Amino acid sequence: MENKENQNKVSRRNLIKAGSKTLIVMSVLPTGIIVGKEKAWAAKAKSLKNDTFATLIQVSRDIYPHDKLDDKYYANVVAGFDAAAGKSKADKDLFENGLVGLQQASIGKYNKKYRDVGWETQRVQLLRDIEKTAFFQKIRGTLITGIYNNQEVWPLFGFEGESSPMGGYLNRGFDDISWL
Amino acid sequence: MSKKFGLNDDGVVVVIGSGAGGGTLGTELALKGVKTVILEAGSRHEVPDFKNDEWGMFGKISWLDKRTTSGDWRVARDFSGLPAWIVKAVGGSTIHWAGASLRFQKHEFKVKTHYGNIPGANLLDWPIDLKEMEPWYSKAEDRMGVTRTHGIPGLPGNNNFKIMKKGADNLGYKHCHTGRMAINSKPRDGRGSCLQIGFCFQGCKSAAKWSTLYSEIPKGEATGNLEVRPNSQVLRINHDKYGKVSSVLYADKSGNKKLQKARVVCVAGNSIESPRLLLNSSSSKFPDGLANSSGQVGKNYMRHMTGSVYATFDKPVNMHRGTTMAGIITDESRHDTSRGFVGGYEMETLSLGLPFMSAFLDPGAWGREFSSALDMYNHMAGMWLVGEDMPQESNNISLHPTEKDQYGLAIPNVHFDDHPNDIAMRNHGYKQGAAVYDSVGAVRTFPTPPYPSTHNLGTNRMSAKARDGVVNKWGQTHDVKNLFVSDGSVFTTGASENPTLTIVSLALRQADRIASEMSKKNI
Repeated sequence: MENKENQNKVSRRNLIKAGSKTLIVMSVLPTGIIVGKEKAWAAKAKSLKNDTFATLIQVSRDIYPHDKLDDKYYANVVAGFDAAAGKSKADKDLFENGLVGLQQASIGKYNKKYRDVGWETQRVQLLRDIEKTAFFQKIRGTLITGIYNNQEVWPLFGFEGESSPMGGYLNRGFDDISWL
Repeated sequence: MSKKFGLNDDGVVVVIGSGAGGGTLGTELALKGVKTVILEAGSRHEVPDFKNDEWGMFGKISWLDKRTTSGDWRVARDFSGLPAWIVKAVGGSTIHWAGASLRFQKHEFKVKTHYGNIPGANLLDWPIDLKEMEPWYSKAEDRMGVTRTHGIPGLPGNNNFKIMKKGADNLGYKHCHTGRMAINSKPRDGRGSCLQIGFCFQGCKSAAKWSTLYSEIPKGEATGNLEVRPNSQVLRINHDKYGKVSSVLYADKSGNKKLQKARVVCVAGNSIESPRLLLNSSSSKFPDGLANSSGQVGKNYMRHMTGSVYATFDKPVNMHRGTTMAGIITDESRHDTSRGFVGGYEMETLSLGLPFMSAFLDPGAWGREFSSALDMYNHMAGMWLVGEDMPQESNNISLHPTEKDQYGLAIPNVHFDDHPNDIAMRNHGYKQGAAVYDSVGAVRTFPTPPYPSTHNLGTNRMSAKARDGVVNKWGQTHDVKNLFVSDGSVFTTGASENPTLTIVSLALRQADRIASEMSKKNI
C-alpha cells in the first residue's frame, strides 16, 4: 500500500532525470589496475576478476546515482566486495556468478556488455530484472552504509555530522531559515 | 555508592527492566524506602559514551537479540529481524526517545464506549480514567520537566518546526507549537538546557532530555535502597506452591545463572520481552504461561499507526539542526469519524541524519527516483505521524516454535497486520502532511512507511475483569498478587499520544500502590 502510494506521489511531481547518461569513464590497464577518469582514482582487484570489479563500480553507481559524487566513493565500496571475496568463497561466487548472469542478460538484450550500455535507463532495466536476487541485494544493502555512512560524502549532501563537540546548533543556525 | 542486596534476600522488590517504566518504578520505590533490585539486560553506558553517530549508537545500544516477524506490515519485509527499534541498556528506551510528553485525551481511556464495535478490533475501556490519572500526570510532568507544564517555557522552534508552523497556519490548523517535551528549556533538576544538538535518538549529549539513566536511577541509588544490576538477562520467574512469585532466574554478563529471591516482582521489559518472559515462565500450575489464565498475554500487540512525510524545497532547511521532535500539530488527534476512521493522530517534527534517511526514507528503494531525493537532503523537512491503532487479538508476541536464544529459550515472533482503520488513518495523515508542506512550496513530498516499532504496547493489557486482560488497574496481574507489570504492555488501548508520559505516570502510581500494599502486608 505505502509503496504504491509512494510511487504515485513521486511520479506526480516528475522531476526525475530518468534518461541521464552516467557511464563511468574508467579503463582496466594491462597490469590489472582500474583507473578512473583523468587518473582521479585507481583500484586493483585482488580476488575478483578485473572486469567484475569494474562492472560492479558501474552497477553501484546505477543503484544509487549521485552526479555530485566522485566515482571513487563507489569504487571504495566495491573494494570491500573484493576483500570479502578474498575471505569467503561464498561471497566470491555470489559476485562472480551474479556478474556472469548480468553480462549474459546485457548481451542478450542489448548485444553489449553491461559497461558498454550507454544509457542509465537501459542498464537499470537489467538491474530491475535481478533486484530480488541475493547478488543485487548484497550490493544494494552494502551501498546504504558504504555510501551514506561515509563521512567524506556528508558535506556534499549538506549533512553536518556530529554537532555536540561544537556546542550544538544553539548559536550555529538551528533556526536560521530565512526564506519562509 | 550503590547498595548491594544478597541473592537470598527475599524482602526485595525485583524490577525487570530500567526504562521509562522500570527505571521510574525502581527509583520511586527506593525513595519510599522499599528495598529494590533492578535487573537490566543491557549494559550501563553514561552520557560521555554517547556519540552523534546514528549507526554507531544503533550498534551500541539497540536491542538486537534475535527476533522474527510475520504479518502484512512492511517492517516484516524490510527489517524482518528487527520488529522494534528499542534500547537494551540501563535507561532502556529513555536513552533513545525523542521526549514528547503528552497526556491522553479523556475519551482515549474509554474507546470501546466512544468508538463502539469496530469489526476486527478487540477494543476495551481502560479500568481507569483521565480524572484518576490527572494528579499522576501532573507529578510525572513536574518530575520530567515537561515544557508547557508547571510554568516551564516551551523550547524554541528550529528550522524544521518553522516550516511545519507555516504550513499549519496556511492550512488553518489551530494547535501547532514546539511541543510538550521532557527536554529542559532552561536548567532544571541539576541538568542544563537544550543546546539544539540534534541526534536526540542517539542519547542526549547535554542530558537536557529526561532519561531514567541519569534523571532517576542515581537518585534511587543515593537512598541506599536501590541496586541496579546491568548485563542481567532474566530468563524465568519462579513461583512457590501457593502460586505467588518467589524468585527470578537470570544470566549475568558471563552467562552464569543466578537466582534472586523476591517479595514482589515487577516486569518492565517492553511489550515484546515482557510477555515473552511470562510465556517462558510456564509451569505445571500455570501451563499457558505465568499470569495468563485469560489467554491474553502477548495478544493485542499495538505499535501505533505511524508513518512519516518528508518534503524537499527549493531552498535549504537543515532540518537536522536542533531538537528532533520539538514541533507538533495536534488538530488531527481528535476523534472525528467524518474523516473515515475512529481515533486520531499527532503530527510531530522529525529528522534523520543522512545515514538513517537513506535506510528509512523508502526501505529497499533504489535508482534515481530515490537518490535524487537524498541529493536534496539539506533542503528537506520532515514530520512523523503517530496515531491510535486498533488492538487486534491476532496481532501478538508468541514464542517461536523452534528458534532458541543463547540460553535455550524460545525467541519471540512479532506478528502484525494493519487494521483497515490504521490504513485509513495513515492515508489521511499522508495527505494532510503533504498538504502542510505543499502549502509552503514543497517541490516533492514523500509518504514514508513506518519504521521498526518504537512504541510497543498492549501485550499485557489492563482490564477490569480478569477474563479480558492480564493486569488490573494497578498493573497487578489478575492471577498472581505479588506480580506486577510496569511498562507500556499494560496499555488497554494506545491513544494517539507518544506513550512515555503515561508509562511514567502509571509507574509512579504503581509505586505508591506497591509500597502501600507492602506496608499493609497484603503482598
